[in-house]
Amino acid sequence: MKSSTVPMLGTSKRRALRVALAVVSFSVAIALAGCASASQSTTTGAAGFTKAKQDSKATITVWADSTRLPAVQAYQKANPNVKMNIVTYDGSADGSTYLQTKVQLFDRTGKGWPDVVFASPTDVTWASKATSPSAQAFAAPVDELVSSSTIDNFAKGSLTPCQDNGHTYCLRNDIAQVVTWYNKTLMDKFGYTVPTTWEQYEALGAQVAKQHPGYVLGWVGDSNSQESYFWSSQCPAFDLVKPNTLRVALSSPDCTRMSSLLDSMIANKSISTQASNNATFIKDTAPKVLMAVGPSWYGQYIFNGGFKTPAGQIAAANPMTWDGDTTAATGNVGGGVWMISSHSKNLAAATAVVKWLTTSDANQGGAPTYPAYIPAAKVWLANPANSKYFASDVSGAFTTAANEVWTGWSNTKFSDATAWSSVVLPALTAGKTLTATLPAWQAAIVDEAKAVGYTVTTK
Amino acid sequence: MTALNTGGRLTAPAAPSLARRRTTRRRAGLAGYLFVSGYAILLIAFGIFPTLYAVYLSLTNDRGQFAGLNQFITVVQDYRFGPAFSNILIYLVMWLVILVALTVVVAVILRSRMKPRLSAVFRFLFYIPGALAGVASVLVWMFMLDPGVSPISGLLNALGYGTFSQVIAPQNLPVIFVFIAFWTGAGGWIVVMYGALNNIPDEILEAARMDGAGPWMSAWFIQIPMISKWIAYMTILAFAAGTQLFIEPQLLQAASLGRLNPTWSPNQLAYVLAFQFGNFNEAAAVSIFLLVIGLVGAGILVTRSGLFKADNE
Repeated sequence: MKSSTVPMLGTSKRRALRVALAVVSFSVAIALAGCASASQSTTTGAAGFTKAKQDSKATITVWADSTRLPAVQAYQKANPNVKMNIVTYDGSADGSTYLQTKVQLFDRTGKGWPDVVFASPTDVTWASKATSPSAQAFAAPVDELVSSSTIDNFAKGSLTPCQDNGHTYCLRNDIAQVVTWYNKTLMDKFGYTVPTTWEQYEALGAQVAKQHPGYVLGWVGDSNSQESYFWSSQCPAFDLVKPNTLRVALSSPDCTRMSSLLDSMIANKSISTQASNNATFIKDTAPKVLMAVGPSWYGQYIFNGGFKTPAGQIAAANPMTWDGDTTAATGNVGGGVWMISSHSKNLAAATAVVKWLTTSDANQGGAPTYPAYIPAAKVWLANPANSKYFASDVSGAFTTAANEVWTGWSNTKFSDATAWSSVVLPALTAGKTLTATLPAWQAAIVDEAKAVGYTVTTK
Repeated sequence: MTALNTGGRLTAPAAPSLARRRTTRRRAGLAGYLFVSGYAILLIAFGIFPTLYAVYLSLTNDRGQFAGLNQFITVVQDYRFGPAFSNILIYLVMWLVILVALTVVVAVILRSRMKPRLSAVFRFLFYIPGALAGVASVLVWMFMLDPGVSPISGLLNALGYGTFSQVIAPQNLPVIFVFIAFWTGAGGWIVVMYGALNNIPDEILEAARMDGAGPWMSAWFIQIPMISKWIAYMTILAFAAGTQLFIEPQLLQAASLGRLNPTWSPNQLAYVLAFQFGNFNEAAAVSIFLLVIGLVGAGILVTRSGLFKADNE
């Protein structure tokens, strides 16, 4: 402290420095002497699972998003003797990793898992595998819990994202086939016919831009717009050619035909780059939406719930084709799944909830989204509550589109929303064209794919 | 230099008690340990132990085997590492320069160019946002930044921003985070700097005035040099807090439905590595990088500013 101690401090400092140097060089030497690799352990797909000790009276915890919450509450009301703890969360929408984050923690602490969760198909890719060598895969193989006849009744391909290693790890809540939405009232008023090909769609855009500026034929600013447009264009952006090989080829003509179509429509402002949940968009643009290329849930969610478009105006048409193509291909935007925890102490109760939620007419017949379970989908289409909002019958377009979902856009271990939202959308906002942004989008997808362990091919 | 050292009285109020402590050292010993123990135990449990655990994790792999520096090499090569650290660097430079310049200038004005009553009102006003918890203050900024609902939408429109997504364009992010950090953090530091300026004996300023120094001259040559240790202290804490930026980008990322890079800051990268990829070892390596940067930064500032040098007796 006093000035006289300063030289002493100096020597001790020097000594400390020498010791520190010795320690550092020693540890570097050890480090270089060859030690275990830093790579993470690879976990094999869970073949079967060890059930926890079962207790038929145990409380089951159900995690659902706010949209599915009323359904879970309805089950609780109908079955008051089942002890349930209902929790709302974001439902893994928009590329959220909340569920994955939590399960990672539960796997480390060895407790806390919810018994039943509503999630996105992306979640099944990690939930069907153990997060570490000592953990058990979160999702229980549903095929060991429900009968095969139940599983066979789900719409063709709708359980593909649930399947891994010959097991089914989730039951699909809904499918979200992309259809061509239009505002019948406005289209009739302006004298436009609904396009059946993408080329007509582009031409209509140019016409609208001239005759009715301010009106739009769609928007691309949502975190899932790439699934509506590029998936429908059969763009190989997330194409799992082998279980661990991902093909990302955005320079393919199947991608550029869509990017240049959208670029021309963005340029003449017949397509908005804003997000459909944006307050400004809802206020200014939503009343001027003539058309939208989007999933089956756009009708109730976006037009009825978000835009508050009056009933009797909105209608749906079949997916559009490209000139020269005979059949249409369409996209799929989300579509939730239900998973049962392999750690559940009350698998019977958990399975009963999931079965009721996904397959019962009572729930799915009145569900806000299109059921993946075929018998329930028939009831859903016949339900006047699902049709009375629309200007005309949407069931034709819905069933056609459900069979036309292109299978080349795979369910990958990472969300297809991240790169689109954080790389492509800011570039569009900054005024770049989609076509010019394709290389950056591709690079971002490739980085993400490699980080989760895919071999990537870009041809 | 001698003048500076007498001035930077970090321990000034403690001086008389020092003499007293000498006579009662033996009796006070036990009580002293008792008083310190509460903090020490918490520090060990929630500060030292997690740090050592992070060091352990960063040097091993998920099978518990010693991996040397391999985890560090892996994270440096990760495609997200460079962008995250350069983002935080840009943010830190802007944040520290603005923080130091503005808090000191404002404190000097409040201390010597303003009526005491008015100055007290301003200090209170500056401090209010800091009393708001971190998450709440970010939520306030969500509204501020969305031209659709913002009270300053006129200003945002004038700057050419018509939508929320235009405002949160990648190149604007460091500025936005500096605004949020300044708004929440600077008020507290202005109050601290004001207190430091109060410590300067009036005779010194009086003498400067008699020698013909105007208010700006005495600020530049007397007041600011005499609170330089406080400025260093503030810089160290703000630097350490700044490298750990997390809530602001994380919440903005969620609120914009993913229009921000989910690994914008190093802390977010560590979070993603740990909880999305289940790779706690790599996450620990990222956090050790932050620890080393924080320690080196603090070390340089401490030695250069003579922060821990006690007054000449």
